[in-house]
Formats: sequence, C-alpha cells, structure tokens
Amino acid sequence: MLAFTLRRAIQAIGVMIAVGVISFSMFRFAGDPVNQMVGMDTSGAERAAIRKSLGLDDPVIVQFGRYVGNAAQFKFGVSYQFRLPVTNLLMERMPATLELAICATIFAMVSGILMGVYSALRRDSWLAHAFQAVSLIGISLPTFLIGILMIYLFSVTLGWLPSFGRGDVVHIGWWTTGLLTWSGLKALIMPSITLGLFQMTLIMRLVRAEMLEVLRTDYIRFARARGLTTRAIHFGHALRNTLVPVITVAGLQFGSVIAFAIITETVFQWPGMGLLFVQAVQNVDIPIMAAYLMMVSLIFVTINLVVDILYTIVDPRLRSTVSRAH
Amino acid sequence: MTEPVLSVRNLQVEFASRRGTLRAIDGVSFDIAKGEVLGVVGESGAGKSVTGLSVIGLIDPPGRIAGGEIHLAGLRIDNLPPEEMRRIRGKRIGMIFQDPLTSLNPLYRVGDQIVETIRTHLNLSEQAARRRAIDLLAEVGIPAPEKRIDGYPHEFSGGMRQRVVIALAICAEPELIIADEPTTALDVSVQAQIISLIKRLGRDHGTAVMLVTHDMGVIAETSDRVAVMYAGRVAEIGPVQDVVRNPLHPYAKGLMGAIPTLAGDDKRLVQIPGSMPRLSAIPRGCSFNPRCASAFDRCRVDRPEPQSRGTQSVACHLYDSVPAETAA
Repeated sequence: MLAFTLRRAIQAIGVMIAVGVISFSMFRFAGDPVNQMVGMDTSGAERAAIRKSLGLDDPVIVQFGRYVGNAAQFKFGVSYQFRLPVTNLLMERMPATLELAICATIFAMVSGILMGVYSALRRDSWLAHAFQAVSLIGISLPTFLIGILMIYLFSVTLGWLPSFGRGDVVHIGWWTTGLLTWSGLKALIMPSITLGLFQMTLIMRLVRAEMLEVLRTDYIRFARARGLTTRAIHFGHALRNTLVPVITVAGLQFGSVIAFAIITETVFQWPGMGLLFVQAVQNVDIPIMAAYLMMVSLIFVTINLVVDILYTIVDPRLRSTVSRAH
Repeated sequence: MTEPVLSVRNLQVEFASRRGTLRAIDGVSFDIAKGEVLGVVGESGAGKSVTGLSVIGLIDPPGRIAGGEIHLAGLRIDNLPPEEMRRIRGKRIGMIFQDPLTSLNPLYRVGDQIVETIRTHLNLSEQAARRRAIDLLAEVGIPAPEKRIDGYPHEFSGGMRQRVVIALAICAEPELIIADEPTTALDVSVQAQIISLIKRLGRDHGTAVMLVTHDMGVIAETSDRVAVMYAGRVAEIGPVQDVVRNPLHPYAKGLMGAIPTLAGDDKRLVQIPGSMPRLSAIPRGCSFNPRCASAFDRCRVDRPEPQSRGTQSVACHLYDSVPAETAA
C-alpha cells in the first residue's frame, strides 16, 4: 500500500516536470516579453538591461533549472501587467475559483447521483425520461450559452440573482469566502450551476448506466433472494458498487471543472484564477499563463493521486491486490 | 399424509417478447415434503431454473407467472404482494445460486452480509446476530469462523464462498431451500463436499430441498425423488431409484442411458440425437417427438398429460394403452 502510494507519487512528480518543460517553453516561444513590458520609446540599452535583470540572457538550461527550482517553491516570477508576484495574484484569486469549483462539483455530484439513481430505478417513469432529455441539453449546450441564458432569465428578467461578481466576501486569514454572506451565496448559485451542469449530466448518465449494470449482477439477485428490503438492496448494495467508477470520473472531472472555470468566470466576471488567466492571455502576460498551467496541472495530478488512494478505500479487493502486486 | 412444504400446481410462466409470448414453463406440477430432496434435472433451457425462480418469486420482467398455483405449507404464494413475498424470501425459502464467485457482494465483509440477512428476518441484536453468523459459518464447515467472518468474499475460495452462500440461505431456518446448480461452478472434489453439506443440512433441520441440476450423478447421490424436465414440462417424476433404474419416458431413458459407466468399455459416449427445441418453435403434440425413437402419429398431434405408473408419473403416449395396474 505504501509502496503503491510512493510509486504513484513519483509518477506524479514526473508528470509535473514534463508540464514544467511546456510551461517554461512558453517563455521562449510566445514572443519577446521585454517588448510587452516596455513602451515604444525604450532604448536598446534599456531593453538589454531589463533582459539581463530578468535573466533572459542565460543559457536555456540554466533558465529552466532556475524556473523549476522557483516553481517548486511556488515562485513564478512577476506579472508583466500588474508588476506583482504571480504567486500572490494567483493565491488572491484561488479561493474564488476553488469555492466555485467545489460548489459546482457538490451540485453536480449530489444532483447527478440522485437523478442517476432515480432514472435507473424508475426507468420508464416520465421523470426519468425528462432527466434524460435535460442531460442531453447539459451535454450539448456550451457552458457560456447556459450562463448567458441564466443571466437573462434570473438577473435581467426576474432580477432574483446578481449577474456578475462574488457578492460580499469575508476574509479568514488569506482566504476569502463568499459562503458566509447572503449576497455571496446568492452570487454563487448561477455560476455553480453553469459550471456544474456538464459534470452533473455526465455523472447522472454514468450512475444510471452503472446502476442498471449492477442491478443485473448475481449478488443483487442473491440479495433479493435473501429477502433484503428493496431499500437495502438499492442503496446499500447497488449504489455502493456503482460509486467506484463514479468516484474516478467525478475526481478527474474536478480538475476539468477548475479548467472549465475559465469560461464560467468570464461569463459571470467571477474574480478567480480563470478570469486572471483570460486577462493574461489578452495581455500576453506569460508568467501568469505559465503559473496557471502549472497550478492546474498540480491540481489534476493531486486529484489523480487522491482518487487512486480512494479506490482502495471503497473497494476492498484492490487493497489486497495492491499490496500483493507491489 | 402431511401437507407438503412446497406444492406447485400446473405452473405456467411466460415471457413476452417482440415475436409474441414465449411459454417457458407449461403446466408443471410437483410436491416436496418436509425433509425431502427433489432433484430437478434436464438440459439447459428446459425450465429448471425458471421453475426455481418462480417459486421464490424472482422471475424478472418480461417474464411472469401466467397460470397455476404455488403453495408453501398451505399458503398460496404465487400471487402475494411484493412486500409479503420479500418477507418470505430468505426467511421461509432460502436460495443458493450457481456461481458462488458472483453471488456475494464484493464490497462487504461476509459477516456483514450474514448479519444483515439475519437482522432482516429475525429480531436479534447486532451481537446476537453476529454470534449466530459465526455459528452458521461453523455449521457449514468454515474453519476458524470467528476470524473468517471479517473476511471479504474475494479472500475465500470458490467452495468456501459457496459455503458462505449456503450459510446465508439457511440463516433464518427456512422450510425450503432452492439450490440452483449449486455445484456446477465448483471443482469436482469440492462438489461432493457441498452436496453432502446440503444433504446434511436438509436432514438435520428437516428442510425441504429443491435441487436444480443437470448432473444426474448429483441427483442420484442426493435426491429422494427426481423430476425430469423437457421444454418447460415435467416428462417424468418419481423416486430416484425407480427413475434411474427403470425410466419410463423415452427422454428419461435417453438421459439415464447417457450416464457413462466406469465398467463400460464403450469408446463413444451415448447421446440423444438432436437438440431441445427453442421456446419459439416448440413442436405440436409432445415436444420431444422429433427426437423420440418411439414416436407415433398421436405424439405429433396430442400433447401427453402426466399419468401415474406405480410410484412414477410420466407424460408419454406410449403408456396410454397400457392399463395403470399392469404397468407398475
């Protein structure tokens, strides 16, 4: 078990170094950063001085080493546009993105599992068919369109919910949260649904398919032959067996929820990392882009690792095969 | 004569399909007395398992019981509301399925599964149920049950898992056990142990057993009586020695003739020519007539009804002309 975790951790570090190469190469190939930083009238000497002070004259390998070394300490340099450390900028905006992503994931998981279980158990009811239809919309409509439609309906027409921003936030240490104020919670609703809708439909369809599969298995038939209550069979035996693949997908999807947040944050002007990234792209602010890439990869890799470990908790069979195989 | 534990009368089971309704079971009748083991034998698709499943009320849609009656110790159970039938399953009727490797939920400890079943049917505390579970595991022959009770199914071998399945089937002292091919998925050496276990449990607890199998050896070893099924009907039923030694129905004769003997020096195994008809194409008259060497005109027109011949009952026109008294 420990050896397994360690092996996965080493693999994760390998992935991060590969991402580091890509993220670093952005500096080399996405134009001359000095040009972005200075005005038209800056002299050649001044440009050279800036280039030297940024270390851009050093050999590539030295620059890469310095980059990785700094990245490992969460130092990603100074933003070209804000002239502030990128780490500070990201950390400032991370709570907003994480809160949004977590709310969206919880929304997606809870409603996805409920709807999936319902449509598996009551396969022919009109509500199950309605869920299927809704899930088709969720999968095929692009996120920004759903966001804009919701803003039109709930903000412009009905005036119930704010159309942009986070509302009032409360500072707890360096973390800012919108969960503790009424306006913050209200502001969370639409972005969370917009962001979580795709995952919800995915989870719903997955839960439905897995559940139908599990309900056909011999141990469910045997559980029925044992006279267990329908409730115990559906929610004790079938659902738990359904959750193994759901955990993987939901876990991996959490990474893409954060990545997809770029669009949702843009639509709702949500002050998170995604919005920062979009602004960085518009202004060719490479340190922010590179750091964002690294952060998102780190989150992906971490989640992957956690999901692998979670597996062994849910499924006892893996515990022994894992310890036997390594 | 005391009332039989299980009494099935003229059972009919149908499956609705796109090409019309298929009749999987057509007029099956039999009784099982207390402590008696009835072997049900036949080829794959003869309706053995479906009969077992309809007794315990677990026929999956689109299948349904279309006619006939099933009585458990006098209580009619084929038309009970689902919730009442659920209370009978596991408590008064225990069931053992074919594949022990897939019968247990892989995510739960075997003890939890037994305790869950016990507590569903008996009013026992968690501790009392756990003690009972340990006793049950000991009774079905699992060594060190107080340790193994916390094991997961994948930590048990196939034979041991089938013992756990049996423990689950008997945990509420049912009056009837339906064992659907309980040894088919097991090694031959383990088969004998499981068979003798089922036999012993039936004897010790006075449980009636319906043993579904296609293995004549298992039937001969275990059963008191045997029902030979063919294409959804009972071809012949009677005490196991009589049916094995003196089969009446041509199909039963073929089956008994197909049992290889140790002494025999035949190079080839004996077989019944042809194969069982599909449910969608059951021939008119006797469903066995296309494969039957003794078939005559009437077999192709009229369906034979079961008739008594001594201790046996046989559904075959060959015995129509013979008066009942002389045939025995």
